[in-house]
Amino acid sequence: MGEPLVELRGIAKGFGSGEARVQALSDIELTVEAGEVVGLRGPSGSGKSTLLNVVACILEPDAGLLRLAGETVWEGRWARGDLRALRREKIGFIFQFHNLLPFLNAIDNVALAMTLGGTPLAEARVRARALLDHLQVGKRAVAMPAKLSGGEAQRVAIARALANSPRIILADEPTAALDSERAQVVMELLRGIARDQRAAVLVVTHDDKIFGSFDRLVNLRDGRIEGETRPRMAAGAQ
Amino acid sequence: MNLALRDIRHKLGRFLLTCAGLGLLLGVALAMVGIYRGVVDEALSLARALQADLWVVEGGTRGPFAEASRIGGDTREAVARVAGVTAAGSVTFQNVEARAAGTATASSAGAVLNEAGRQRVGALLRIQVVGHEPDRPGGPPAIAEGRGISRGRLEMVLDRSAGQPVGAMVEMGGLRFRVVGLTARAVSSGGDPLGWITLRDAQDLQFRLNAPAARRAAAGGNAGTPQDTVNAVIARLSPHADAEAVAEQVRRWKHLGAMTAAAQEEVLTRSVVERARRQLGMFTGVLLLVSGVIVALIVYMLTMDKLREIATLKLIGAPDRTIIALVLQQALLLGGASFALATVLILSAKDVFPRRVLLGPEDIAAVAGVVLVICLLASVLGVRAALRIDPAKALG
Repeated sequence: MGEPLVELRGIAKGFGSGEARVQALSDIELTVEAGEVVGLRGPSGSGKSTLLNVVACILEPDAGLLRLAGETVWEGRWARGDLRALRREKIGFIFQFHNLLPFLNAIDNVALAMTLGGTPLAEARVRARALLDHLQVGKRAVAMPAKLSGGEAQRVAIARALANSPRIILADEPTAALDSERAQVVMELLRGIARDQRAAVLVVTHDDKIFGSFDRLVNLRDGRIEGETRPRMAAGAQ
Repeated sequence: MNLALRDIRHKLGRFLLTCAGLGLLLGVALAMVGIYRGVVDEALSLARALQADLWVVEGGTRGPFAEASRIGGDTREAVARVAGVTAAGSVTFQNVEARAAGTATASSAGAVLNEAGRQRVGALLRIQVVGHEPDRPGGPPAIAEGRGISRGRLEMVLDRSAGQPVGAMVEMGGLRFRVVGLTARAVSSGGDPLGWITLRDAQDLQFRLNAPAARRAAAGGNAGTPQDTVNAVIARLSPHADAEAVAEQVRRWKHLGAMTAAAQEEVLTRSVVERARRQLGMFTGVLLLVSGVIVALIVYMLTMDKLREIATLKLIGAPDRTIIALVLQQALLLGGASFALATVLILSAKDVFPRRVLLGPEDIAAVAGVVLVICLLASVLGVRAALRIDPAKALG
């Protein structure tokens, strides 16, 4: 049993009040351990985005317990005042459309995430360059995002997510804008990060071509966990 | 890493275009401040050019600029004898529509350019004529070109803004005057160039009847209006004299009034150009307000344009100060660049304006301060919008 990095116990979240109230999440019990890549799937309105926002600490739950990397983050109230610092320290984000800042080149997009945490710019650039090289986009370090291909931009975005060596990676449809081949490459990268950095990776996805890449695939419906499958175990993967 | 500068560099063309538009608007505001200063300066220009310590005018008036004032030509001798007065001179003022009549050697009428190539012969000139007694107070200030008026008649010292060179002939009321000297920046409160002629010429110009009118007056037994009338007497005082005490002494003659130079300047700014001053002041205020609203809208649009980027910054942990600095620095850079452009534009073009545009370093600094405050206030809207952006927008 690995170290649990993401723990949700009895998490509930609703929107609105009275008859108009919508219960987006009910009694969510979910754990993602170090080294694990977990997929979160479900139809539109099933609560995937709400769940991701709760784990990302940008949406406050109504009830339950949220622990990230061993720290109780929410239990009736936020345990920390500065949630952005918490995100900066513990979570790396990967987006559907990479969300690179269009006015910074690839290396500075990665370095920025480090400087926000207080790393001097020169040192941040050296580390950013190493990350880009590791993700095989080092040659495109000074290219602006608009000049990068979809796959390259997503690799730069992954490098940015890894900039502060977070233990938790949250990915929102990271392969939706990529073809099958590039989608598999991105999933391999995420698996490598989980394995090498002992990170917990939680991916929200609709993309059935990558379902086989997850250690666990959690099904959400109407704000509840309906069940989960273990695609890689079923496929006999190591 | 300065995000504001990097964003501007990324969209440099759009930023420069925005600066150009805002620069033109701020340029108009700056020009209005210059025109405002110019109006006040021009209003005082005549009074200051005559270097009077005391103005002696018709009793019960605030002449000769705010009200009509007529006093006898012999007043000067009486004023000169008052204790504390070192010199006195009679002056007359009148607005004249004159006609450029070429040079002394080429005076034929017609649309030919004179030697200097600056003035069309036959062109109409609006001049405020000052009649004075040469070598007494009331003459022109420093002569920039040519010479002053000698005791010879039909000579004139004219301001350069009339566009006439030394040697040009100017026709007024049927008399032809030769320009013998030029002054620099001596204009009336209405912005018309000043022209100095002798007191006698001025009285002649003011009271001389044309031939049919003179014949009719003679037939009626009225041989003519007494011509020895002046509008004011200018007095210079000894350095130790108390101007107000001397004025009080003059006022004892009931038919005379007296004003110190400071009181005359007060009359000129508070009475003669007050409405123009207020109008320009209010218009400048409106322009600065409009500039403020436009800067606020531009900063707001720039912020909204970066909605996803700001949401992403927040999500990856950027503190509020990073977001505020991004918006604020862009507002200040926008205001600074636009103001610099406006300043260069107006300083280059100020001499093209028909009336004086006077912009000193303190005026430019004051407007820069106002622009700074406008940018700070305008960025509040953008900062508020940026801080309200939900980081979840980066995920959606």
